[in-house]
Amino acid sequence: MSLTAADVAEILRLLEQSSFDELTLEINGTKLSLKRGAAAGGSANAGAARDASAGGFAGAGAGSGAGAGTSAGGAAASGVGTGRGAAGTDARLAAYGAQSGSTSLNSTAPSASNPGLHQNNSPNQAATHAVPTRTSDPSLHDVPSPLLGTFYRSPKPGAPPFVEVGATVTEETIVAIIEVMKLMNTVRAGVRGTVTEILSADGTLVEYDQPILRIRKSAG
Amino acid sequence: MPIRRVLIANRGEIAARIIRTCRTLGLETVLAASAADRDSLPARFATRTVCIGPARPSESYLKVETIVHAALATECDAIHPGYGFLSERAPLASLCEQNNVIFIGPTAAQIEAVGDKLRARSEAQAADVPVVPGGSVSSVDEAVTLGQSIGAPLLVKAVGGGGGRGMKRVDRLEDLPGAMELASAEAGAAFGDARVYLERFIASGRHVEVQVLGDGKGHVIHLGERDCSVQRRYQKLIEETPAPGISEKLRNALHAAAVRFAERLAYRGAGTVEFLVDSQRDAFYFLEMNARIQVEHPVTEAVTGVDLIAEQIAVANGEGLRLKQGEIRRNGCAIECRVNAEDPANDFRPSPGLVREAVWPAGEGIRVDTHIVSGSRVPPFYDSLMAKIIAHAPDRFAALERLRSAIASTRITGVATNLPFHAEVLSDPEFQAGGVDTGYLARRAQPKVEVGRG
Repeated sequence: MSLTAADVAEILRLLEQSSFDELTLEINGTKLSLKRGAAAGGSANAGAARDASAGGFAGAGAGSGAGAGTSAGGAAASGVGTGRGAAGTDARLAAYGAQSGSTSLNSTAPSASNPGLHQNNSPNQAATHAVPTRTSDPSLHDVPSPLLGTFYRSPKPGAPPFVEVGATVTEETIVAIIEVMKLMNTVRAGVRGTVTEILSADGTLVEYDQPILRIRKSAG
Repeated sequence: MPIRRVLIANRGEIAARIIRTCRTLGLETVLAASAADRDSLPARFATRTVCIGPARPSESYLKVETIVHAALATECDAIHPGYGFLSERAPLASLCEQNNVIFIGPTAAQIEAVGDKLRARSEAQAADVPVVPGGSVSSVDEAVTLGQSIGAPLLVKAVGGGGGRGMKRVDRLEDLPGAMELASAEAGAAFGDARVYLERFIASGRHVEVQVLGDGKGHVIHLGERDCSVQRRYQKLIEETPAPGISEKLRNALHAAAVRFAERLAYRGAGTVEFLVDSQRDAFYFLEMNARIQVEHPVTEAVTGVDLIAEQIAVANGEGLRLKQGEIRRNGCAIECRVNAEDPANDFRPSPGLVREAVWPAGEGIRVDTHIVSGSRVPPFYDSLMAKIIAHAPDRFAALERLRSAIASTRITGVATNLPFHAEVLSDPEFQAGGVDTGYLARRAQPKVEVGRG
């Protein structure tokens, strides 16, 4: 047997309710380690997650300077992917923004690490986004998000991420959680290899099939 | 809280239609699109598009939690569900209510009230709106007893069905027990609700529906009726307003009945009350209420000049009804054809694929609602509606002429369409005379046209 997304969600829930701070579970070579962060109730937690997602969303605009610009449509992409949270601006959306007379796409927005403080509620937030480009390098594998939802790198706020850049993973290694209306769905690496890049910022919205993490496949 | 950003939980022409009004109103739009629609025209029109899942509707357009999550994460104040998909699913309306997202539509309770066809029947009776003789049956014995009192032919209908889905016709009473069991099993599988009810089958009737708008506080106005009798297997193909050849007395009675029904529910937003009309006897019966914007809403917009999507948004925004009944004027006639990617030479088989060339008509009194341009794809996962061509003119004859000429100047290559079928029907003296019943298409021989695939 292997762990399903529902299993992990249930384990997270049980850990949440328990008095334990840490749980390590090994089933058929799949190792799951969960650690509690700072004590926080379930509902407070959910609120934090919501703020983080909104803040992270605003933050994506700020990151655009770092990102390689993607062309309009994003599909015919510029080879190597963009950095985490990077927002290559979409020519069409920029044009729309200009039309509607709102502020520029590169307007300052708070960083994702300041989730509660996003005062810049410019309507353009809806238009400032970019989906990282999928790699074309056959030695690399981009792990796609299986769902639209909020991307979390760690099992809960404050806890260490499931994986860091440089981590060795197997097909079954859990690398992220995608939360959809408070339901946690785990994402597995899908390949053996080494994590080379985290493509989405923690707590941000990821779309279905959006690459969230890049892995250099191990030989054989 | 005023609506500033709207998530559109739909696709195709209606998504493009909703975006158009949102732009006019200065509202931003976020389109929730499946992977198959990521490069569609609405995706290009929307302020932003998010990909909610794979092509299959059950993994994208029908996922309530995903839609609401997408709305919250993109900071939308409201969700417009369009028609079909989640538009009449109470769980979406209630999840919106729980998360302070405005659902542009009726309340979850109202969706449930009209979605349960038996409940809707009893509400109609309570509002003094006539219903087809019939009633609920919970066992074969009950069905046989009721069937004997109504008489054959009968329809066995699923409580959770509607729009022609979940119906079985019974011509001989001895077939009723078998039909009832089959209908119940099918209804359980299709709608998660095995309850069925019986109605007299009225062989010759017209499908006439009344557009209403309610403020959710008990005030309801109507915007006239639409005749949608040109149907193939319960799928509407041509709709028009006003309904031709019915008496003013009957027309007024239909409008009043629709308003009474919606008032009884304190209905919120745009809705349509459907009736079966026996124009020979000046009689009509309540069929069902559709708690959403309808595909054929443009004919009403053409004659009234009211943007129904804008009124839906206004009601959702707490502005109430911006028009009084006396301010609704209906000018002229409007007729709409649904252009489907279906091959009339091949039993209307769906014809998805790449649209090589799409040239839509234009001109005075012509409106085209579409998401298809040259190079668009008609994915095989969804209904085959490509466009609606609407003609408006001072009288029915002129509207028909405009529509015929518009269809003649439409050019679609790459996929087969039902345009040749429309050209035939619009030229048929029986249709031109006005007032065909819902059996019209079935009686008509298959159109004898050669349809090439462009």
